[in-house]
Amino acid sequence: MIIELIIMLIKAFVVGGGICTIAQLLINYTKITSGKILVYFLLSGVILQALGLYQYLVDFAGAGATVPISGFGYLLADGAMKGAKISLFNAITGGVSAASMGITAAIVFGYIFAVLFKSKSKKN
Amino acid sequence: MKTSADCENKNYLEYVKAISPKTKEKRSLFHAFWVGGVICMIGQILRMIYESLIGLQGDELASYVSMTMIFLGAFLTGLGVYDRIGKYAGGGSIVPITGFANSVVSPAMEFKTEGYIYGTAAKMFIIAGPIIVFGVASSVLVGILYFIGYRVF
Repeated sequence: MIIELIIMLIKAFVVGGGICTIAQLLINYTKITSGKILVYFLLSGVILQALGLYQYLVDFAGAGATVPISGFGYLLADGAMKGAKISLFNAITGGVSAASMGITAAIVFGYIFAVLFKSKSKKN
Repeated sequence: MKTSADCENKNYLEYVKAISPKTKEKRSLFHAFWVGGVICMIGQILRMIYESLIGLQGDELASYVSMTMIFLGAFLTGLGVYDRIGKYAGGGSIVPITGFANSVVSPAMEFKTEGYIYGTAAKMFIIAGPIIVFGVASSVLVGILYFIGYRVF
C-alpha cells in the first residue's frame, strides 16, 4: 500500500517535471513568452484529450498530469465531451462547469491576495 | 603586437562564450524539472490526503486539489516567495496551476495603485484572460464536435 503511494508520487514527480522541462526547453531555445507558453500548453491539453490521449497520462501519473496547465485543458475538454453525451446544452456548458472550481478559485483568491498584499518587486 | 598570452586570452574568452550559455541552459532545464516535479508531487500528496481522510472522489477530488494549489500559489505570490521560486525554476513554476495563480495575483498587485476596479480587478486577467478565452472557446468547440459526432454516428 505504502509502496504503491510512493510509486504514484514518483510518477507524478517525473511526468510533472517532464512537462515543465518541455516548457523550459521552449523558453531556452525559442522566443515564445511565458504567457504564450501557458496558452499553448492549455490548448495541447484540450487537443490531446479531445483525441482521447491525455486520459492515459492522467491515469498513469495522477497529479503529475492534472497540476500542469495542460491538465486544466484536459479538464475543460473532458467536461465538454462528457456533456456532449447528454445534450447540446451540456456539450456547451460542460467544459466550463468542469473547470469552474479552478476559475472561481483563481478569481476569488487572486483578488483577495492582491488586495491584502503589497507588491514586493520594486524593493528587489 | 600580439603575444601568445593575448592569443590564449582570446581563445579562452571565445571558449567561455561558447560554453557558458549551454551549461546555464542545461542547468535551467534541471531546475525546471525538479521544481515542477515537486509542485506536482505536492498536488499528488493533497490528492492522497483528501481521498483517504475526507473521502473525496473523481471530479470533486480533482477540483478541491486544484483549488488548494491555486490558494497556495496566490498566497505565496502575495508573500513574494513565488516570484523567487520563479527566478530559479523558470518553466517549472510557470506551467503548474500555481503558476496560473501567480499570473493572476502578480499583475493585480502591481497595478493596485490604479484602483481596485481598473487596477486590481482588470489587470488580474492580463495573462489569465487569454487562457480563459482559449480554454472556454476550445472546450465549446470540442463539446459541439463531439455532440455532432454522437448524433451522426
